[in-house]
Amino acid sequence: MSIAIPTKPWAISPVDRLRNLGFFLFSILFSYAFVAVTPMKGKLAYAFIFFIAYLVSTSSYSLVKRGIPAAKDSLIKATVALGAVVTLIPITSIIGTVISKGLPGISLNLFTQDMSLATPTDPLNNGGLLHAITGTLTLVFLALIMSVPLGILTALYLTEIKGRFSEPIRFLVQAMSGVPSIVAGLFILSAVLYPITKSFSGLMGALALTILMIPTVARTAEEVLLLIPNDLREAGTALGGTQWRTVAMIVLPAARSGLITAVILGVARIAGETAPLLLLTGGGDKVNPNAFNGSIGSLPYYIWKSFNAGSPEAITRAWAGLLVLLVVVLILFTLARSLSSRKISK
Amino acid sequence: MALTNVEIPQPRTITTQPRRSDKVFRGVVTTGGLSSLVILGLIGFFLARSGFEILRKEGLKFLTSADWSITTDESGNVLESNFGLSAMLVGTILCSIIAVVIAVPISVFSALFLNFYAPPWMKRILVSVIDTMAAFPSILFGIWGFLVLMPSVEYWAKLINKYLGWIPLFEVKPYFFSRSPFVAGVVLAIMIIPIITSVSREVFAQAPLDRIQAAFALGATRWAMIKAVVIPYGRSGVIGGAMLGLGRAMGETVAVYTVLNIVFQVNWQILLGAGGNVASLIILKFGEANLYEINALMAAGLILFLLTLIVNAGANFIVKRTGKSGR
Repeated sequence: MSIAIPTKPWAISPVDRLRNLGFFLFSILFSYAFVAVTPMKGKLAYAFIFFIAYLVSTSSYSLVKRGIPAAKDSLIKATVALGAVVTLIPITSIIGTVISKGLPGISLNLFTQDMSLATPTDPLNNGGLLHAITGTLTLVFLALIMSVPLGILTALYLTEIKGRFSEPIRFLVQAMSGVPSIVAGLFILSAVLYPITKSFSGLMGALALTILMIPTVARTAEEVLLLIPNDLREAGTALGGTQWRTVAMIVLPAARSGLITAVILGVARIAGETAPLLLLTGGGDKVNPNAFNGSIGSLPYYIWKSFNAGSPEAITRAWAGLLVLLVVVLILFTLARSLSSRKISK
Repeated sequence: MALTNVEIPQPRTITTQPRRSDKVFRGVVTTGGLSSLVILGLIGFFLARSGFEILRKEGLKFLTSADWSITTDESGNVLESNFGLSAMLVGTILCSIIAVVIAVPISVFSALFLNFYAPPWMKRILVSVIDTMAAFPSILFGIWGFLVLMPSVEYWAKLINKYLGWIPLFEVKPYFFSRSPFVAGVVLAIMIIPIITSVSREVFAQAPLDRIQAAFALGATRWAMIKAVVIPYGRSGVIGGAMLGLGRAMGETVAVYTVLNIVFQVNWQILLGAGGNVASLIILKFGEANLYEINALMAAGLILFLLTLIVNAGANFIVKRTGKSGR
């Protein structure tokens, strides 16, 4: 008597893994050999030949072993994986270049000095980006104060009130997230800067950033509020709470970490925004604590200025600025991710 | 005990009217909710008001002529001015279409890979990496594109020109490849890949599980399942995602400005180093412009605003319709 032993024919066995590795190594070797023999040259040629070799070898194996549909499947699998690889190439290249070119420009005086007594083409030990960091903080803080209430109120309207205008407003928020940043800058220029204040200031930049930040905050907050179970709202109402009390004391606290995520994503969206700041902030070289008067520096503006100055020192300054900006954005993003994953696990 | 002493409680009047606190709350939230409407309206209004004079003077020529020039006398009075956007509009559309043509296949492939082929651990890492890439500042793409990517793209452009130069689109006369619309298109493609990938991924993930399982139960390979279930279901969503990317690419400013050579002449040869871009034009001319020319830039901004608004509205309409079609 024999007992059927359960097997998992779909699971990947060590033999399969070995075979895949074999195809991989074969393709690499083949691409080297092919490029060495023929007059082709360059990284592109290696990648191309490798891909073709891998494609042909895996799919012909599937063809022999399992027929035409399986061959098609492995053909597609390789193609689709190529798409993911191509997506990853620029991101690794960007992070790699920013780190390798930016690190030589990082020094202590970068964080203690501003550029009021230095020009971008000066040696690197003179001048820094203190003004840019404080300026970006000021701009982001002001934009935060204005956009977070509006964004969250919009989200509340969409999820709690569900009024007549819900559909049009959802549509408009989507449309607003597509407004080009330069258009937001021009709008503030024509609506506030020319008729009213007539001078560059941090507030002008922050107003434009607000326009760009509201849709991000509103959409993320809406998604978070939709995740709050309706039972909580009903419980609040059943205990005699008005809608105001239910929202303020039950819904919003329950969604707190998600709402913080929404705000952080909004900040990450605007921290590196350049175009409106070029039009509105004036890009001063001195630390300017007054956000309502006078030109103010910011990280993107500093990078822009240094990059356009063109000398090797200036370019290194730009890369160092980009490194700082990238680190800020990555920290914000990681923070948002860890907060939102905690929300789900609860 | 006498019953007469018992006080009979008066029944409360029951009402469905919200309390005053609720009325205030609803009022405040509704006002806040309408902010997006107000802001979009104001943007259109103020740009139109500033650009009105120019638009009236130039008329349809603003869209059809390629000349952008202004002459002033010493005291700053405008003597003669010609404002035409056609070169910039053609350039904008050309760059963004190149970007979409490059980005869509790559994004759809990586979305399919992430959803149906990648093991879970790989999927988790890749999704967070690609999402992070969507938040990279555009100036980063611009400078990286100019200093790192451009030499290789120029090399690719020369290859394309060598083998496909007989197609008018890939002709290059005069022989000059630097800072072409193709370079800008590649940079824009890299910028919009994360957006299109995440939209496609979400659409593909909504494909009905029962149909997927039914396909597998009938003995379909993964590709057969994707072809029969996922693609018919997600097609319109992918088109919508591509249009979202198109809208983003059209409005991109700094990244394009750093890699594109702006020339006031309509150019359809995508590999030739001469292009145009409405948003970059605004940055290019803003520094030296007087108030009159700034009004012209506002008019250009209005055109850009309307263009992106239309593309985005279409995209959202199509994305929302996803799932209603398909087998």
